[in-house]
Amino acid sequence: MRVQRWTRTSKLFTGATVAIAVLLAAVPLVFDPDVVQKLTILLYLVLLAAMWNALAGYGGLLSVGQQAFIGIGAYGTVFFTGLGVSPYPAMVLAMLAAGLISVPISFIALRLRAAQFAIGMWVIAEAISIVVRLDQNLGAGTGISLIQLNQYAPNFRQAYTFWLALAFTVIFLSALFFLLRSPLGLSLQAIRDDEDAARSLGVRVASRKRLLFVLAGFGCGAAGVIIGANTLFIEPGSIFSVQWSAYMIFMVLVGGLGTFEGPILGAILLFGIQTTFTQGGPWYLVGLGATAALFALALPRGIWGTLEERLGLRLLPVGYRAVEKKGEERTA
Amino acid sequence: MTIVNAVLQGIFLGAFYAVLACGLSIMFGVMRIINLAHGDIAVLGAYVVFVIVQGTGMSPFVAFVVALPVMIVLGYLLQLTILERSLKSGILTPLLATFGLSIVIQNLLLIKFSPDVRSLGGEAGAVTTSSWQVTSGLSVSALGIVILVVAVLVFGALQLFLSRTRAGWMMRATADDADAAELAGIDSRGVYARATALAVAIAALGGLFLAIRSVFDPLSGPTQLIFAFEAVVIGGMGRLWGTLLGGLALGVAQTLGAQVNPEYSALSGHLLFLAVLVVRYGGLRLSFRAAR
Repeated sequence: MRVQRWTRTSKLFTGATVAIAVLLAAVPLVFDPDVVQKLTILLYLVLLAAMWNALAGYGGLLSVGQQAFIGIGAYGTVFFTGLGVSPYPAMVLAMLAAGLISVPISFIALRLRAAQFAIGMWVIAEAISIVVRLDQNLGAGTGISLIQLNQYAPNFRQAYTFWLALAFTVIFLSALFFLLRSPLGLSLQAIRDDEDAARSLGVRVASRKRLLFVLAGFGCGAAGVIIGANTLFIEPGSIFSVQWSAYMIFMVLVGGLGTFEGPILGAILLFGIQTTFTQGGPWYLVGLGATAALFALALPRGIWGTLEERLGLRLLPVGYRAVEKKGEERTA
Repeated sequence: MTIVNAVLQGIFLGAFYAVLACGLSIMFGVMRIINLAHGDIAVLGAYVVFVIVQGTGMSPFVAFVVALPVMIVLGYLLQLTILERSLKSGILTPLLATFGLSIVIQNLLLIKFSPDVRSLGGEAGAVTTSSWQVTSGLSVSALGIVILVVAVLVFGALQLFLSRTRAGWMMRATADDADAAELAGIDSRGVYARATALAVAIAALGGLFLAIRSVFDPLSGPTQLIFAFEAVVIGGMGRLWGTLLGGLALGVAQTLGAQVNPEYSALSGHLLFLAVLVVRYGGLRLSFRAAR
């Protein structure tokens, strides 16, 4: 019996993913700014889905409050540019700030389990949003424009924002990919499969969860930075909206909870739906909510998880497979 | 005197939160799940009452009695269609499914009733406007008293139901250990459905009070859910009377915060909630446990 990680398909596909990332870098050179703006949305959706999946899929931590970090990222940009930092470095600082703030928050939030954690995070997001609303320097309740970004010509600005979004997405997805493949990742996947069993085998569940929580704090902060830079206007009601959680839940559930590829697929699907139904509106949200609930009940492994199970497909390998004989293989 | 008045108003407000939280507490106590659509169900109840009042011109209190059977049926349906399935598959599924339901309810209400803000305060008549001026700085509103009395009655009736009736014993037995209760011949499906129906009915009562004492719109649900959940947690999860006390504590925290600055109202409630979490689940105890 042999233990293998890579298959022909997964080698090909991982190569293709790297190639796609490289090709994406050329997007702003080729396409119009409005296309670039659209694709920036796709990038932050991928990032958000991957981060929410890191929490829920691997840590069993279902958060309805990741908008806290999205908001901190977006407002962090305003805060740091207000201190005189130039916009793009300010965005990187804002991303770091969101991640660092997630450390103290984790000491409160991770004491909670299941539903308490879910709503506890929501309350934390609400509390942060109220604090932002009370701050006149951050535009209080009415919102604030990222005026410092006006120093760049629109097409340059859009290109820089896209490249930053691409860099963030590649960095955080690679971090998650390599994390899951490391010995640490083995313990994370064990927690995903059965938390109590993992604990009894000596996995330090609490510290692993904190690692995921902080990673998601950085990642959602990065997405928030990009959302702010892409729309140029931040308003507490929408940046701290629980709707972000709804999107994340939709993407991950439809794509495949606890798989690496699933959330990316989910993000592409949501992006497709959003660009088709540009009007948005309540019916569109009814559809999203109903689909998420249906997937949770009827297809809990999502599209990707189900395909993976049926076909033994593994495109971006984070697990191992045991190959016993030719033609007879079992994924693990 | 303003502090005394703030505490008194906080108790009235808190009684409202306790009614909102009651159903959440029942469902958590019996099934160990949190219904993330609870707030939206309360708002849905408010809209059902609103429609009846608009159609017939009857008092919202009478209309609530008419709406009650509708809400009870909805509760049964909720259990049979969504919750029962989700209970079987892990702790995350009920949360995910009810979160999806919450978005569906909000947006269906938005489609049907537009985003307009509504209130039933006017239709409720004199009860919303009368109050007694005890001293210059202290006033007691009739509505506050009504909600407080109803809240105590609801919790008292639940206590009697759980401790004195057969159905109540079955519910407690199922809450303690559903499998053992099954062995003793209790149909846990039926118990769960009754618990959900009860929770939805009381949520609708919360919706009625929301509609009468302030305003509501299709997106009011999440805020109600958060306040209700805070009341449950502050009072101690799975403890019925704790939820009443938790609601009162939340209400008082909010009105006291509003004394400092009206914008601190919700924030001080959130901070009380987080402080309770830190004290209850945190401190030295946890660091010892982590060291093990």
